[in-house]
Amino acid sequence: MITMEGICKSYRIAKRNAGLAEACKSLFHRKTETIKALSDISFTIADGEMVGYIGPNGAGKSSTIKILSGILTPDSGSCIVNGRIPWKDRIAHVREIGVVFGQRSQLWWDVPVIDSFELIKEIYSIKTHNYQHNLEELTELLALKELLKTPVRQLSLGQRMRCEIAASLLHDPSLLFLDEPTIGLDAVSKLAVRDFIKKRNEEHGTTVILTTHDMQDIAALTNRVILIGKGRLLLDGTLESLRQQAADLDGEDSVEELDWIVAKLYRGLDIL
Amino acid sequence: MKKYVSFFKMRFQVGLQYRSASIAALTTQFLWGIMEIAAYRAIYLSSGKEPPMEFSALVSYIWLKEAFLAMFNTWIATDGDIFSVIMNGDVAYELCRPISLYRMWFAKSVGGRCATAALKCVPIISVAALLPRPYRISAPESITAFCFFLLTLFLGLLVTVSFCMLVYAITLFTISPQGLRALLTGAVEFLSGAIIPFPFIPQPVRGVLEMLPFGSMQNVALRVYSGSLAGGEALRAVWLQIFWIAALVLVGRAVCRRAEQRMVVQGG
Repeated sequence: MITMEGICKSYRIAKRNAGLAEACKSLFHRKTETIKALSDISFTIADGEMVGYIGPNGAGKSSTIKILSGILTPDSGSCIVNGRIPWKDRIAHVREIGVVFGQRSQLWWDVPVIDSFELIKEIYSIKTHNYQHNLEELTELLALKELLKTPVRQLSLGQRMRCEIAASLLHDPSLLFLDEPTIGLDAVSKLAVRDFIKKRNEEHGTTVILTTHDMQDIAALTNRVILIGKGRLLLDGTLESLRQQAADLDGEDSVEELDWIVAKLYRGLDIL
Repeated sequence: MKKYVSFFKMRFQVGLQYRSASIAALTTQFLWGIMEIAAYRAIYLSSGKEPPMEFSALVSYIWLKEAFLAMFNTWIATDGDIFSVIMNGDVAYELCRPISLYRMWFAKSVGGRCATAALKCVPIISVAALLPRPYRISAPESITAFCFFLLTLFLGLLVTVSFCMLVYAITLFTISPQGLRALLTGAVEFLSGAIIPFPFIPQPVRGVLEMLPFGSMQNVALRVYSGSLAGGEALRAVWLQIFWIAALVLVGRAVCRRAEQRMVVQGG
């Protein structure tokens, strides 16, 4: 169970124009802007739900995920995940969650993937029996057999991503936060990952929050969609209601591709 | 405990992964050791005064310094991955682990240093034991001295790591480690006796250096081995090491905790 209420988070960003003179000037006088990454975000997600979290670049999706994972401390508001405040009780909290940051890596670059898995086993104190079982299951579902013995630096992006996803699930998390997990995947891997997430949700009852720009991911996986833009929550409903909202914007009710609908929403709501 | 040992294992595996790099590093260190000894030999032969350290003790000091370089250096990228994790924002993943950041990095650093040193000390010491006389490493002064050496080596490692942890914690605020690292390159090397062994440094400077945390790093172990530091003096050095570990860990943890609360993850 996840409840977020009135979460705000702002960043201070140092800005300057191009050039050496400007760089020197900024040594003495920093112009900073405060950017509201999240303002007053509230939602509730029940156990076992799968939620798609969408929004344009810089909308605050990753910031939300980082707050939910206990990495960032918000400026104000409350957030309770499985009865805990993530950033206050970080260590107990992260034991129960699995996180995939699509653009980062948690695997050790120089050594074969399986070595990183073994390390994760120790870090989470996973019982050998559970570890073996999970590893077998993940290896089969994500087709990792050939990859496990390869040093991470020699994997392609898509191959690595499949390993990253497996690494986040070795400890049986009841909550899974996926921040753009399908970046760089080929069609086959993408389908495999989607199937896999779905199966995980059905069989293990794992709650999944997924941010992505690939609307087909959303269509394939989730019923509920949360749309944010410029740090504000704009819509929380089904894909159908998303379609409806887009249709209301220009009064036309045409059957369009999801990408078009979303683009229309982003433009119409002025959140780009 | 097992988690911490596994960081050691991991770094050991990483160390074994690149064979030619390890061989190149070993050769460099070995030649460097020979050069240093040759330079000191020239000084010893030309100076008429009573030297502050026996030549054989100095030779042992230099070989042990090279053998355990990875344990004590504060500048080569022994813990480069910790700095890069802060710079590129992968610290986000580190914070998803059910261990406190401080403990995890401490374990990583101790593990990494021990693993690298374990890979290097055996070949360096074996070769140094086979060299012709003035260049050969001597056996430890006594069994007691050797046990004391192992103890102070370990304590010195902890002092070094807890000092580096303070640097990492500060880097969480400054993001770029460049300034701090540049400062460390020269300063700590000198202050810890890696360039000139403490006995060669005149009083009262030497007394001050011995009190500083840097004096509790490699200086103690390397001198205990050859008997240049013994008895009550050595015991006092052990207490000082323990004091510095406690003090540095306390401060480092406080800074680290503050940094965690206002953590910003770089790169979105």
